[in-house]
Amino acid sequence: MLISIVNILIFPGFLFLAVLGFAAEYIDRKLYARLQNRVGPPWYQPAADFIKLLGKEDIVPEEANPAIFKLMPIFALTATITSISYIPLWGENALFSFNGDLIVVLYLLTLPTITYFLGGWYSTSLFSRIGAVRALTQLFAYEVPFFISILAPAMLANTWSLSEMAAFYADHSWYWLFNILGFAISLVALLGKLEKVPFDIPEAETEIVAGTFTEYSGRLLGLFRLNLDIELVVCSSLLAAVYLPFWLDLPAVTGFLVFLAKVLFIICLLSFLRTLFARLRIDQMVAFCWKVLAPCAFVQFLFDLYAKGFLVKI
Amino acid sequence: MHKVVIPIGPQHPALKEPESFRVTLQGERIMAFSARLGYNHRGIEKACEERTYTQDVYLAERVCGICSHAHSTCFVQAVEEIAALAVPKRALYIRTLVGELERIHSHLLWLGVAGHEVGFDTLLMYTWRDREIVMDILASLTGNRVNYGINTIGGVRRDITPEQAKYVLAGINKLEERTKYYIQVAKEEVTLIQRLSGVGMLSHEAAIKLGAVGPTARASGVDRDTRRDDPYAAYGELDFKVVTDDHNDVYGRTLVRMGELMESYKMIRQALKKMPDGPITVKAPRKIPAGEAVSRYEAPRGEDVHYVKSNGTERPERVKMRAPTLANMQTVATMLKDRNLADLPIVIAAIDPCFSCTDRLTLVKDLSTRERKVMKWEELHSYSMGWYNAKGIEFSELNKKLKRLMAGRR
Repeated sequence: MLISIVNILIFPGFLFLAVLGFAAEYIDRKLYARLQNRVGPPWYQPAADFIKLLGKEDIVPEEANPAIFKLMPIFALTATITSISYIPLWGENALFSFNGDLIVVLYLLTLPTITYFLGGWYSTSLFSRIGAVRALTQLFAYEVPFFISILAPAMLANTWSLSEMAAFYADHSWYWLFNILGFAISLVALLGKLEKVPFDIPEAETEIVAGTFTEYSGRLLGLFRLNLDIELVVCSSLLAAVYLPFWLDLPAVTGFLVFLAKVLFIICLLSFLRTLFARLRIDQMVAFCWKVLAPCAFVQFLFDLYAKGFLVKI
Repeated sequence: MHKVVIPIGPQHPALKEPESFRVTLQGERIMAFSARLGYNHRGIEKACEERTYTQDVYLAERVCGICSHAHSTCFVQAVEEIAALAVPKRALYIRTLVGELERIHSHLLWLGVAGHEVGFDTLLMYTWRDREIVMDILASLTGNRVNYGINTIGGVRRDITPEQAKYVLAGINKLEERTKYYIQVAKEEVTLIQRLSGVGMLSHEAAIKLGAVGPTARASGVDRDTRRDDPYAAYGELDFKVVTDDHNDVYGRTLVRMGELMESYKMIRQALKKMPDGPITVKAPRKIPAGEAVSRYEAPRGEDVHYVKSNGTERPERVKMRAPTLANMQTVATMLKDRNLADLPIVIAAIDPCFSCTDRLTLVKDLSTRERKVMKWEELHSYSMGWYNAKGIEFSELNKKLKRLMAGRR
């Protein structure tokens, strides 16, 4: 019981992820700033922003549905934090695992976007509603390539469990190289999931103010922001577990450092990508995901299917 | 799908100035667009009539924060024409030089804003960093980063030393290199091209019919530029070409502005080379003889028109200013027809709007009776007096004091 509470609240749950999330946001913002020839924020800025938001007034719009409006940030945060317990961070084992936990993780990571939709829709502001609809439209576009490209390595490993996948790739040390294309696709899809440029369409500032989050303020906005940070860390950990499964048998301290290095690498790639592009329009985004990203994901899937048939002798 | 009307403005992150647009949307598609200007009416024309010509030069400069030199030069030219002043050549060259430097800073600013409107913040940060070079040049030549205050009736107020000329040239060389890089970015960056090309189409015929000016018109293939068609200052002696484009869209407008940047660098080099020696100002009379004049100036956003009527006193009888945005504003509704909501910020930004400079009148409608009425000066005066009196603020003492002060000054 005590261990469970520690697991949920401290490690690898809320506190650990919050600290890591702030660190990730700092690295992302600092790198983004340096690439744009700006100075960027000091290291404590994400935490300072969060604390300041906690101290501010919560305003619920008169027309909004107060229950849904207030619950959605908590739902988002819960879903994201729960998913970390099924992802092997370092070593081959996650906190919990069963055959099928990969599907659960993907499902849990879809929930935050649904909460953005519901939160935005029920805050009844026009800008929020347009943002909410965009968030949902975008979800249908990036989620399919994301799922397929993540399921492909799982199929190669012949399991639906992330921990067993890690064990498989640890045994067959170079097989992760087969999934490089999938890694690239997942990174691009992740930009959509985390609502970063070029896919920050649901919160396009110059068009619809803050999109879904327009009516949110104070603690509720703080929780949504924290959720985005934690989502960044969790999704990066998922990608690291699926696509970079090497050096898993190191001792605890070095293993942890290697895990951090992998996550850092993925966060840096995401920052580079969002520096490079202009925001796409929603129709262009959907077209790109279905016409380019999804076929590429299928190529990865077929490739893994062949690889499994010809190369891998289990 | 039912229609929704969303308000863009008067306060909205896409707009840098308060203006109100109401957009009727069906899904993401724009069905109707209406603009309401007038939130920034400052009564500058009337204020000009209350002040002397010299004071008006500085007031005209404050019509716009970005093309301030355009407005002050335009005003000064009109007054000089009425007073039949022969402005020294060197002064004309300095005006041209500052005018072109202003165009550079305005176009670089526009490029950054355009990048921001399509979510390409990296471009914004880069161009605004490089814009600092030209801002520094302007500050070193005139003493100010904006509102240079270099014009005066009959010439300019500051001369340019050879060291300053060298400094300008060094800065221009650096900027030219950077501009070439931005042209490359605009021609190669895929997401940027996707967001700009085919957006905000304005056909050649529509551009002429709606009276578009400046880069907006030139990007629709309208070969029209006041600097060449009706040369003022030193433009008649400079060799430059008018950049036009036939893309008819926002992408074309981007290319035209970039091309104009390259032409401006060329012109600045020529102006510095050809600049004759001599005085920089002639003495202008305090009282301008009766007459009237219209002056045109190719501001960074398009043709700026000033009309000045004098009556032989030290104050103008009537001043009329038409900023280029007023001419271009009509085109926006055409450009937005059947477009996506996401295109709205960049289409509005593509005419490089300067709403505050445009506002020359405000119509106040009584919402209950739907009635409009025009207020004369005396009416407005008594209305404001009544408004303040009702709040217990008394003006009679202040008025007496003001009259004493004014009498003392004369």
